[in-house]
Amino acid sequence: MRGVYMKNEPLLEVNGLKTYITLENKKQAKAVDGVDFVIHKGETTALVGESGSGKSMTSMSIMRLIPEPSGKIVEGSIKLEGKELLKLSEKQMEKVRGNEIGMIFQDPHSSLNPVFTIGMQIAEPLRKHKKMKKKEAYKKAVELLVMAGLPNADQIVKMYPHQLSGGMVQRVVIAIAMSCDPKLIIADEPTTALDVTIQSQILGLMTELKDQTNSAVLMITHDIGVVSEAADKVMVMYGGQIVEKASVKELFRNPKHPYTIGLLASVPRIEVEQERLESIQGTVPPSHAFPKGCRFAPRCKHAIEACTKTVPELIESSNDHEVRCILYRGEETRPCDNHEQRNTN
Amino acid sequence: MEHAPYKMQKGHSLLTLATKRFLKNKLALIGIIILVFFTFIAIFAPFLTTHDPTKHDLLNVMARPNAENWLGTDSSGRDNFARFVYGSRVTLLIGFLSMFCVIIVGVILGSLAGYYGGLVDGIIMRAADIVLTLPFLLFVLTIIAIIQNITIPLFVLVIAATNWPNTTRILRGTFLSLREMDFILSARSAGCSDWRIITKHFLPNAVGPIIVNATILMASMIILESALSFVGFGIPQPTPTWGNMVNEARSMRVLTGAPEAWVPPGLAILLTVLAINFIGDGLRDAFDPKSNK
Repeated sequence: MRGVYMKNEPLLEVNGLKTYITLENKKQAKAVDGVDFVIHKGETTALVGESGSGKSMTSMSIMRLIPEPSGKIVEGSIKLEGKELLKLSEKQMEKVRGNEIGMIFQDPHSSLNPVFTIGMQIAEPLRKHKKMKKKEAYKKAVELLVMAGLPNADQIVKMYPHQLSGGMVQRVVIAIAMSCDPKLIIADEPTTALDVTIQSQILGLMTELKDQTNSAVLMITHDIGVVSEAADKVMVMYGGQIVEKASVKELFRNPKHPYTIGLLASVPRIEVEQERLESIQGTVPPSHAFPKGCRFAPRCKHAIEACTKTVPELIESSNDHEVRCILYRGEETRPCDNHEQRNTN
Repeated sequence: MEHAPYKMQKGHSLLTLATKRFLKNKLALIGIIILVFFTFIAIFAPFLTTHDPTKHDLLNVMARPNAENWLGTDSSGRDNFARFVYGSRVTLLIGFLSMFCVIIVGVILGSLAGYYGGLVDGIIMRAADIVLTLPFLLFVLTIIAIIQNITIPLFVLVIAATNWPNTTRILRGTFLSLREMDFILSARSAGCSDWRIITKHFLPNAVGPIIVNATILMASMIILESALSFVGFGIPQPTPTWGNMVNEARSMRVLTGAPEAWVPPGLAILLTVLAINFIGDGLRDAFDPKSNK
């Protein structure tokens, strides 16, 4: 069950990570601006946020795959089991990618090379990282496909990506990510390109495989539904910063940051009859022109003058619940009447 | 569970699949037959004629076709049929070798520029721009005029040195768009090195554009050789090429009075170029894994 692994040792520690991108007009976009979090073994952590909030950039920073030279990790530390990834050479980093950290991408079809068979693509990391012989790697590829729940695995290894359906290809991609028994799997919107039934199968598969191998998953998504289905912990990202961190149960029961509250309110609910869905007014500010104070302040219904002065710190309150909002400074007040109403409903 | 894939075909390697698709393409097969035919002529030239293509016979110039000289003789009394047969050797060799050199240079520079971008790209592409700003024909003519004693290897080098920019540009574009593909990112996230990504992920995906370019190049190299020969800057006499045989037709007397001297090499150039283009089209379709033809 969720919560069981809480006391497990930390696997990935990210501290004060800042990744900036230099734009064409020489402006700096602060895609990731001071992010810290810890992922423990056996945990699924979801990183939620809308487009442009910096969640993909965070995952790319962990893999050190920021497009250079425009993008750069300016500051911070990323430790995988105590090993500082930012200090590794490119050659050493190649040994981490695919071996210690596996990655699953959004669109499974485009993340496979169209001219190679499935088998060759699963065998590739095995041959590189585990130094397997060709035959051995192919045998392992079939095993991995069976593990990923694909029927006729021995035929699928000989097929090309375009001959498989989206759900099947995503299983293949998961098999590739799992091939070298990584400690951490980063899944960047793994279900966005799939339909809902396949989505829950894929999420179930990922949780199952994670539990089998006692690895950890960092799930990047903008889908609250995915979070509630698959994650143990949630981090909400806005404007390159984490604005709220909590366990899934806690966050859904007791959201604190006005942005999170707005995000949860904008999910359609089957039991409530609604003419229009709730929405958060405005758009995310561009990352080269963040407001001076709280980055959500211009869109926030509860913003007060102090909000526009300085960027609030993450405040830790009860139940490992952290929130970056001035309204919670010192005391536990709830800014949103809306939310009270919903709880009593 | 999900549905079984719509097409549970047996696994085939890319090559056998490509061969299968290629053989279904009629035009490409005609192209192959024509090219094989001329290659055959080139290889077995000594068995097809007993005449020496470079031997003058001033007592027998401008002869009409007869039992001895099947296509007559040229203005120096050399046997036209022998020159046609031996000329195929030189013409095809030049076409193939210069295509090969240009493609090698283009693939290497294009993939480096496309993959690394930034400074590497800048240097390579500016060099290409500089070569492209020079008027091509004039540039080639100047180099050939400076070298004076032009031989086949030198000729190929000159052509390669002046033709690489276009190919490099086209391939760089291909690699640039490939670089943005998700599967390149996922290959990197699987720990592939730059070298491995270029050789294992870039090149196989660029086979189509490379082959199409290669065939267009080979065809245009053959035409270029003819064109340069026509203005007198090709492979010098007495070495026979199809190009300098057509060159003979510059004289009005040959053009109107002796079509047997220039029609066969002219037709051969036309057919070879056409055949190579057909083959190129066929290969491109055959190597596209998404093609269902």
